[in-house]
Amino acid sequence: MAQIRVENLRKSFDQFTAVQDSNFTIENGSFFALLGPSGCGKTTTLRVIAGLELPTAGRILLDGEDVTFRRAAARDIAFVFQLFALYPHMNVAQNIGFPLKCQGMPRVEIRDRVTETARLLRIEHLLSSKTSRLSGGDRQRVALGRAMVRRPKAFLMDEPLGALDAEFRQLMCGELRELHDRISATTVYVTHDQHEAMSMADRIAVMNAGRVEQIGTPQEVYDRPASMFVADFIGSPPMNFLQFESGLRSGDQAVKFRDVSIAVPEIREERAAGPLVLGVRPEHIRFSDAAPVRGRVFGAEYLGTTQIVTVETEQGRVKARLPSSVPVQVGEIVGLTFRSDRLALFDAQSGSAIRTASHGGVGHG
Amino acid sequence: MANVALRHISKSFGQTQAVRDLSLVINDGEFVVLLGPSGAGKTTTLRLIAGLEQPDQGSVDINGRDVTRDPPGTRDIAFVFQQYSLYPHLTVYDNLAFPLRSPAHRIPEPAIRKRVERTAELLHISGKLGSRATRLSGGEMQRVAIGRALVRDPAIYLMDEPLSSLDAKLRAELRLELKRIQVELGVTILYVTHDQVEAMTMATRIGVIKDGELLQLGTPREIYENPADRYVASRLGTPQINFLPAKLIPEATMPSETETIGIRTEHLQIAKPNGGGIVGKVHRIEHLGDQNHVHLEYRGEMLVTLADPHQPLQAGEDVELQFVRPLYFDAAGRRITTAVH
Repeated sequence: MAQIRVENLRKSFDQFTAVQDSNFTIENGSFFALLGPSGCGKTTTLRVIAGLELPTAGRILLDGEDVTFRRAAARDIAFVFQLFALYPHMNVAQNIGFPLKCQGMPRVEIRDRVTETARLLRIEHLLSSKTSRLSGGDRQRVALGRAMVRRPKAFLMDEPLGALDAEFRQLMCGELRELHDRISATTVYVTHDQHEAMSMADRIAVMNAGRVEQIGTPQEVYDRPASMFVADFIGSPPMNFLQFESGLRSGDQAVKFRDVSIAVPEIREERAAGPLVLGVRPEHIRFSDAAPVRGRVFGAEYLGTTQIVTVETEQGRVKARLPSSVPVQVGEIVGLTFRSDRLALFDAQSGSAIRTASHGGVGHG
Repeated sequence: MANVALRHISKSFGQTQAVRDLSLVINDGEFVVLLGPSGAGKTTTLRLIAGLEQPDQGSVDINGRDVTRDPPGTRDIAFVFQQYSLYPHLTVYDNLAFPLRSPAHRIPEPAIRKRVERTAELLHISGKLGSRATRLSGGEMQRVAIGRALVRDPAIYLMDEPLSSLDAKLRAELRLELKRIQVELGVTILYVTHDQVEAMTMATRIGVIKDGELLQLGTPREIYENPADRYVASRLGTPQINFLPAKLIPEATMPSETETIGIRTEHLQIAKPNGGGIVGKVHRIEHLGDQNHVHLEYRGEMLVTLADPHQPLQAGEDVELQFVRPLYFDAAGRRITTAVH
């Protein structure tokens, strides 16, 4: 088990900078997600940690020890790829035991380790099966077993569930997290799927264009996004952004949004008049006939417990998550009220969050 | 515009019965979604309507005319496939115009232009008409593929998971667009998918299909609130409905033949222990942001429910469970609908 520290990491490929100025610590035993769209640098970061790439600048520390220039094989880290290949001519036990066999471990010991790994993964009954007979989920479990059997200090996973369909992915998320709780191995998990990161990780680093935009627990990142990018990337549907122009004074508890006053968490910084963005999560919107922000219902999507209602307003389309019991007619004019203690404000130009009573000191790392 | 009727359709491939005695009427202007896992017979059903397969038994009527033995080209249908295939050497305009230029139609070029432009506008790709198909993003390509069906005016559009190859955000956007277009044009669509969100958000009626059999047909709300059996109940809803053996519940008010109780998140209230009979333990809390999935253990069974993310709950904590109008199922998995409150 290990703590992983990434210090001032930068990685360039010719003219292209894939990762810049990354700093974070992954605590021993924690489940850490690197989340972002394709091309954000998350896989490059993971490959540098693994030793599959050398950084252009910066250091990687494993349990305090500088391993930046150590070969991947000497780092005692297991890498689980998106497309795992099992050896088709071997049965499950042989597949799982293969890395140990390569190390020249005695047969009896291999058998014990394979049995123990299979027990943790709850696939003991499959040990003598052919891999070609396995379901998708069981193949995934065997691939994981092959990574676990070496008892590495840490697991690095690159979109291991990317190839699975949605419902099965959800099931595997639960399983991976429960497995993590049983073996408490430090895990770094790369994904572009915010749902996977939210549901499994202890902490999430949200990456954008080679930079870490925010690091925090899933709830922190969701409730207090450091930037519009994070607010948009996390949440389904994502946060609504309503543009307006105004100045801000520290201590204000409302903003002048177009012609109306909207209550917000107490402002903690001064700003000259300029373009701002009000950030509203869909579940913090309610319909009220008297509300001054108005729009026309464009569509309602029934989801069982809740519904997503899309409203066309002067500021663009706004999505609200309402209980399914609320009757909604396409085409009707509705007023929108916002839950004031959960609103976020952003600088429209830089996209970064403005400090408020509920949104203070959003940290990096 | 039309209605399409399938009457007692069956189709086997060798030993595999793909579709079993399936009857379904799709009314003019309806958006019917067949929902089922892979191998359920969804695509075969579409292919039977299109004439790409012949049924072993039963008949297909389009506009009141039996077309069971008619070739595909004469059936007045448009098919949108999962893998959009555009002509890479043609522009978006020519891709859209292609189906109209077929010698079978003989439509004058100005009329084609009008139809293509109207369709492009509907799909918000007017600015791309001059672009090569290969220069488009995945979402734009799929819009063009859908557009190629929409330029025609067939009795029914058959769509086979047209959104499944797109990423989540784009899929959510196109869901809404497709529904808007369907309502605006008043067209008839039969759409097949394994994605419950697509079914619930777009369908006028959902048909739940499994092993070639149509298990239940109804509005999304009917299927969700009034499932006919355990399978249908488990097909819709996130998190999935929980099932508990009736014998674990010390409650006298359930119908006597109840074998299983189905509990959706809205049927389950959790609170601090307060002397009630049903006490579970919080096993794990999963963050979704807007809500938490709370995994609870109750007498060896796991339940998942939604809770406010700011409700103070911790793993290991005892909570009292209260069931509010859950669903009851008999030993065969059939829903017991006798009202008991």
